[in-house]
Amino acid sequence: MNFDIMLLLPELSLFVLAAALFTVSVTSPGDGAARRAYWLPWASLAVLAVCLGSLNARGVMFHGTYIVDGLSQIFKAAIAAGFLITSLFTPNARGVDDDKRADYLMFLAFSAWGLMLLSSAAELMTLYVAMEISSYSLYAVIPLRAQNKNAAEAGVKYIMFGAMATAVALFGYSYILAGQGTGFVSELAGMDWSFAGNPAAAIGLILFLCGVLFKLALFPFHFWAPDVYQGTGNETAAFAATLPKLGAAAVLVRLAALLAPNLEITFLLALFAAASMTLGNLAALAQKDLKRMLGYSGIAHSGYLVIGLAAGTAEGLGAMSFYAIVYLLMNMACFWVVCHLRCDGKNPVYDDLNGLSKNAPGLALVLAVSAFALVGLPPTAGFMGKLFLLTSAWNHGYAWLVIVAVINTALAIFYYLSLFRHAYTAETGGAVNLRDRNWMGTVAGTVMAAAILVLGALPGGLYRLALEAGTTLLP
Amino acid sequence: MVDYPVLSVLIFFPLAAALVLMVLPLPELTIRRYTLLAGFVECLLALPLIRDFKLGDAGFQFIEKAVWVPQWDLAYSLAVDGISLLMVILSVALLPLCVLCSWTYVGKRLKEFHICLLLMTTACVGVFSAMDLVLFYIFWEAMLIPMYLLIAVWGGPERRYASIKFFLYTLAGSTLLLAAIVGLFHQGGTFSIPALMQMDFPMGFQTWVFLFMALAFAIKVPMFPFHTWLPAAHVQAPSAGSVLLASVLLKMGTYGFLRFCLPMCPDASMYFAPMMIALSLASIIYGGLVALGQTDIKKLIAYSSVAHMGFVTLGIFIFNPRGAEGAVMVMLNHGIVTGALFMMIGAIYERSHSRELGDHLGMGKYLPAYMGLFGLFAVSSFGFPGLNSFVGEALVLIGAFQAKTSIGLLAIPGAMLAAAYMLRLGLKMAWGRPSSPKDKGWHDLNAREWAYLMPLAILVVYIGLAPGLVMKVISPSTGKMIDDFHSRTAHVADAPEQTVPTVLASTALPGAGQ
Repeated sequence: MNFDIMLLLPELSLFVLAAALFTVSVTSPGDGAARRAYWLPWASLAVLAVCLGSLNARGVMFHGTYIVDGLSQIFKAAIAAGFLITSLFTPNARGVDDDKRADYLMFLAFSAWGLMLLSSAAELMTLYVAMEISSYSLYAVIPLRAQNKNAAEAGVKYIMFGAMATAVALFGYSYILAGQGTGFVSELAGMDWSFAGNPAAAIGLILFLCGVLFKLALFPFHFWAPDVYQGTGNETAAFAATLPKLGAAAVLVRLAALLAPNLEITFLLALFAAASMTLGNLAALAQKDLKRMLGYSGIAHSGYLVIGLAAGTAEGLGAMSFYAIVYLLMNMACFWVVCHLRCDGKNPVYDDLNGLSKNAPGLALVLAVSAFALVGLPPTAGFMGKLFLLTSAWNHGYAWLVIVAVINTALAIFYYLSLFRHAYTAETGGAVNLRDRNWMGTVAGTVMAAAILVLGALPGGLYRLALEAGTTLLP
Repeated sequence: MVDYPVLSVLIFFPLAAALVLMVLPLPELTIRRYTLLAGFVECLLALPLIRDFKLGDAGFQFIEKAVWVPQWDLAYSLAVDGISLLMVILSVALLPLCVLCSWTYVGKRLKEFHICLLLMTTACVGVFSAMDLVLFYIFWEAMLIPMYLLIAVWGGPERRYASIKFFLYTLAGSTLLLAAIVGLFHQGGTFSIPALMQMDFPMGFQTWVFLFMALAFAIKVPMFPFHTWLPAAHVQAPSAGSVLLASVLLKMGTYGFLRFCLPMCPDASMYFAPMMIALSLASIIYGGLVALGQTDIKKLIAYSSVAHMGFVTLGIFIFNPRGAEGAVMVMLNHGIVTGALFMMIGAIYERSHSRELGDHLGMGKYLPAYMGLFGLFAVSSFGFPGLNSFVGEALVLIGAFQAKTSIGLLAIPGAMLAAAYMLRLGLKMAWGRPSSPKDKGWHDLNAREWAYLMPLAILVVYIGLAPGLVMKVISPSTGKMIDDFHSRTAHVADAPEQTVPTVLASTALPGAGQ
């Protein structure tokens, strides 16, 4: 079947949402109340409902360039959930001028929309275009932070790095096309990707992956992440740190059929993963700015994600998808607390957390849950995700990667513990000036924390979905 | 009495109680009463463990099993045997005692404190009853956060340093334990502990699994070179925290050796036994020597813990029935006696606000009841015959002499050192000359203090005079474990270059009460 509108419902619903935001932005200039788009959370909730409703949709469209399968549907639901959470705290984002607010939200919606397309793209050029849709919107959003020069710097850095990475990816695409004669992932899967067999294609694939790794902020394409998170607004950072990673993870899972565990490329990715987590964790130890710390922690987590890829089995891909979704939850929850710390929209530091458990026990609890989930301590979903990843990677010659990963947990604990320590044990902190909170935000935070704990205790359901997605790609 | 899944209830009842406590806005006194009540209910719920435990059965009992994550073969599986039963009972019984001993000691953030105590009980019972490696690991790690909070929020002046050190040390050790668990899953195909205990793994695999596990457990015990977190944590922790740390947490390490290292890596255990024995002896002697030089009472007891736990690891790694029985006995007795000593130090700290020995001289005259009980526990601690610690230490020493005379001879000075530091402490506290008469105003033990010390004092005397019942619980399981161990390392014993202790003949185990 070439086109079926029922299969596209998630994308369409998000597109309608973005278009509505565009209309608001064009029709009501200067009208503060309308431009805040208070209906947005409800609309995002509807998008999420549509995504969940079409979780079982399956099909191939546009001559095989666009696939609707288990993998894409899970990731679309996760992206919709992420966008819903973002929409709960971005309408009041500090540091965004009121007259730009609708445009800001529109760009975020389009970026999320691009990511949805990305998770379904099954041909390299389609994939590339979807990636660009999501990136271009973010290029516009990153510098939108009123009266802050660092945001402009962050924006320039993001664009420069991003443009270079995508150029390299396009260059790699040309090699792949030359070497293998096709851009369809399903056809590429059966081909020879060893360096000895087809060097041009292997190099092409590495270069193409650069574009994806940039999105994922994996070593050696990680330099932008801390700077961009630090420079851009708190809420924007929450979006930029989580959703694009989901998209990148979806692409890597999609391309996993190309990456057998014994290939040079896979080994290279495993090396990148090991370097990424070690470097990310070591650098995060020295940070004082919370967003910068989360940037480095994100680099480390990209490394963990790639472990699942190295396994080259359906279990590994399932574990990777599972961890990507869990990462969305725990990182969003962490950012959700961080965003509430400063009412002036400035970058929060560790000391802003002092006394949080007294002033806002709810926030402190969410922070505790998400921080320990990020470390991978039981009984959170972060532990289960990590356990699945490590278990899947073990017997494919990547035991060393598992050991690097567990040692990294020990490296990482200190700075996550610092979050917890400042929130719970520091007593010197006076009354913290917390940002205004609405009931929807509180519900979102509570739901995220509860989801992290529930998925930690009962990971079976979500993992089954993720495993099905992996099995269709790597039977 | 109705039948119910005892172990699950013991794990989830405190958790539920903690959740209720979290949401209910209760006044301070009610929080204490509520947690005390929860503690008593928890103890009552544990009664079927005592009633239905089949003495003489070496296998696992009270088995509960449910599918958890079928894709990875994870099971929610619980059971206890003679090795873990007493630890479970000890963990449960300490909850009300800890609430009582913190009644006036802890004055701030009461709600969080009691939530931490309840969560600790959940995690401790879980660790000792989990029969699935991942479940075990979850409880093992889950206990870190409440314990960290106990030290970091309600601790002494250097609590920040002590709590972070505790957390980092323990977590760093247990990360490699996770790698070992993943490795065992791939080699053995299951996370089930009883199944893995029956498998034979290749020696190379055993070697590094043993090393990864031993690091985690040795830090927890703590054995000699990894012990530095312990004095810091003990000194800074509030007395309930010290009690839990000494009585339950340290036992998790030795329990790990008994449950995982010996059955799953028998050849590697045999190979590394000389090293482990050397470290145990070092712990015994080093801990004793350092304890001898302390002027801080709490630090002294902390170092004495290092020495006592050295006896446990020594008993485990001499691989004979007497040693293993002795090790479990010392685990139990150290939990009772050292827990009691920490409670008593907490009680006197509330009066003097000092832990210095110099501030507590000559209390025998003013606080006769306090000194009497303190003397009982102190005397028991160094293994005075007729009191409980003697039974365990004597068994370990018998085992050590059976294994090799030189090992036994090296352990003897440790026992003597224990007498030296404990008698010095007791002597000064009872009959020393007070530097100032300020402590005359202190009141002697009140009813609440009597209430939490008496159960422990009774146990000290009871186990000391009549260890038969406890031995009947322990020895079938330890005997079976040692038998299994030797039957599976027999091929190593045949190798001529190995000097295996001559205990193979004594496998026909006469349980003490049989």
